[in-house]
Amino acid sequence: MNAINPMSQYLRMDRIPHIWCSGCGLGTTVNCFVRAIEGCDIPLDQISVVSGIGCTGRVAGYLKLDSFHTTHGRPIAFATGLKLANPKLKVVVYSGDGDLFSIGGNHFIHAARRNMDMTIICVNNFTYGMTGGQVTPTTPIDAVASTAPYGNFEDPFNLPYLADSTGAVYVARWTTFHVRQLIKSMKEAIQKKGFSFIEIISPCPTLYGRRNRLGDGLEMMQFYKANSTIQNGADTRDAVLDFKGKILCGKFVDRERPPFLENYNTKMAERIGPTFKPYEGVL
Amino acid sequence: MKADPRGVLTGAHFLDGDHACCEGAIAAGCRFVAGYPITPSTEVVERIATRFPAVGGLFIQMEDEIASSIAIQGAVWGGAKAMTVTSGPGFSLMMEHIGLAVMTETPCVFVDVQRGGPSTGLPTLPAQADMMQARWGSHGDYEIIALCPNSPQECFDLTIRAFNLAEEYRVPVLLMMDECVGHMTEKVVIPIADDIDLMARRYTTAKPGEYLPYHADSSLVPPMAKAGDGHRFHVTGLTHDERGYPAMNADAQEKCVSRIVQKIRGNADKISMVEESETEGADVVVVSYGITSRVAVKAIEMAKAEGIKVGHLRLITAWPFPERRIRELASRVKAFVMPELNYGQMFYELQSAIEGRAETYLIPHGGGTVHDPEVICRKIVEAAKKQPGKETQR
Repeated sequence: MNAINPMSQYLRMDRIPHIWCSGCGLGTTVNCFVRAIEGCDIPLDQISVVSGIGCTGRVAGYLKLDSFHTTHGRPIAFATGLKLANPKLKVVVYSGDGDLFSIGGNHFIHAARRNMDMTIICVNNFTYGMTGGQVTPTTPIDAVASTAPYGNFEDPFNLPYLADSTGAVYVARWTTFHVRQLIKSMKEAIQKKGFSFIEIISPCPTLYGRRNRLGDGLEMMQFYKANSTIQNGADTRDAVLDFKGKILCGKFVDRERPPFLENYNTKMAERIGPTFKPYEGVL
Repeated sequence: MKADPRGVLTGAHFLDGDHACCEGAIAAGCRFVAGYPITPSTEVVERIATRFPAVGGLFIQMEDEIASSIAIQGAVWGGAKAMTVTSGPGFSLMMEHIGLAVMTETPCVFVDVQRGGPSTGLPTLPAQADMMQARWGSHGDYEIIALCPNSPQECFDLTIRAFNLAEEYRVPVLLMMDECVGHMTEKVVIPIADDIDLMARRYTTAKPGEYLPYHADSSLVPPMAKAGDGHRFHVTGLTHDERGYPAMNADAQEKCVSRIVQKIRGNADKISMVEESETEGADVVVVSYGITSRVAVKAIEMAKAEGIKVGHLRLITAWPFPERRIRELASRVKAFVMPELNYGQMFYELQSAIEGRAETYLIPHGGGTVHDPEVICRKIVEAAKKQPGKETQR
């Protein structure tokens, strides 16, 4: 028996086993991601993955691609430089809710505003897993966290609405239960020109699940199955997540808007005239 | 390699230091700049924004200095030579990413046009008070290279030098300007492209699958790869092994960080640059850098007129500090006098190199303007006339 996992060619097998807990949804998201890139017609050498810090931040290190594990909250800013230096690269930022929307929130809204051509995959487990289960900007009201021991009382971000309102051209949300939809969505997002965003609701049984009596990873998946509704094209204002409430999933936004470099080249050609050579990277 | 003539504004110009820095960067092959407006450095990026479209570069004004200081690193891994430009408050925000560049060995240039601090301080007026922040500002232990131009011409020359050193040692290089040098306008001669030597990035020649991103030869500086080349490499700010993989133990820490430190420390004498005048036979040596060095020249002339044997040593590199040269001088000089626009930063490095072999005098100044040369002159005279054995002034 020398069966080889067909996905192993996309992973740094010399780094397996990974550090994620049993029941964590991150492995599922990575599996979906490699299936998505397998299904895209993009040479693997042209895909770069950029992560921040945290459990999701470790994704970059397990993918056998050019991969960058940067600083906390800053993967989008790093990815901006990478993409602009070599626009031929397909740049994917893969990080968690705390990294992208607490410490890194400013970079998210500006990259969305600029319509920077990159895909943002946010694994939202409602907590800081790596540091022991603290409250995040997505923790639902009443959920308990180590730094919200009496229950969270701050209104969380509605991430699809935030992405939509700041200019993302593609916005979707799935849970780790929705693997087929997620793979399809990832393919679409990666191939979409401009700033695309996918939120993945994912179980953290060790810290978020246990503390909130949501059961183990399997029970959390069963909860997703029972409580998700798929409504493509739904108004992102309706995508608010309540503690133990319904989870609105689907592809909410898919629209066209010229990305940053296209706008740059158009504007420069218009103002500078025929002497301007369109920028296509530093090389 | 030589500079690309398309970017080089060959000729004699009348430029301020900020603009000269911009031209130096373009001549050095920098084609990606990310920045955020901050006085007194903004003129650098304003000129970059104007000049870049014509030379095939891309400027982006990021949302803050944190973003700027890491966007340039993304650009470097995409194949660019890249720079960011700021002043004190922005420099503070960039500290974490200086550490990232050190740890991931990302060659890039940070320009800090120093103004008075702490905090918002004196936005339009000079200081030299970020010198220790340049050395130690990011957490963890590391070595860094920092250069201190004292004229617009040197802003041009040392920006090129900064890019070359960054490539040679795969380290962030800090150009520590000050408001006076940034805003003073003088003649700047830009040579022809063929007279500008550039250090090309050293890329790996290994085949995909065989590249070890952090395996260095005796130079201690590993060759680079860039995204898209097929190496599918990993870069992390975590302590890592030669594969670039996280390695969370004391042994890996020792291997990773000691090389990062040693590649600079072991080449300190090669990297460090000073300019000296009349230090041989001097009783007193004035040590200075940046704009203060130009005030010191005036003070030295005044002291000489009073019959004092005084020389001048100007730091061109602040870091690595020219420790060996200072120590040599300390064995035959009676005293060192150091004016700087702070309350004592490089002065303590000077004292540490001298190890009590000569008297040392700090002439502190809070910034906002430059020293009165008369004050420096009086200190030189005092130092020259002091009887040996008396307590050193701090």
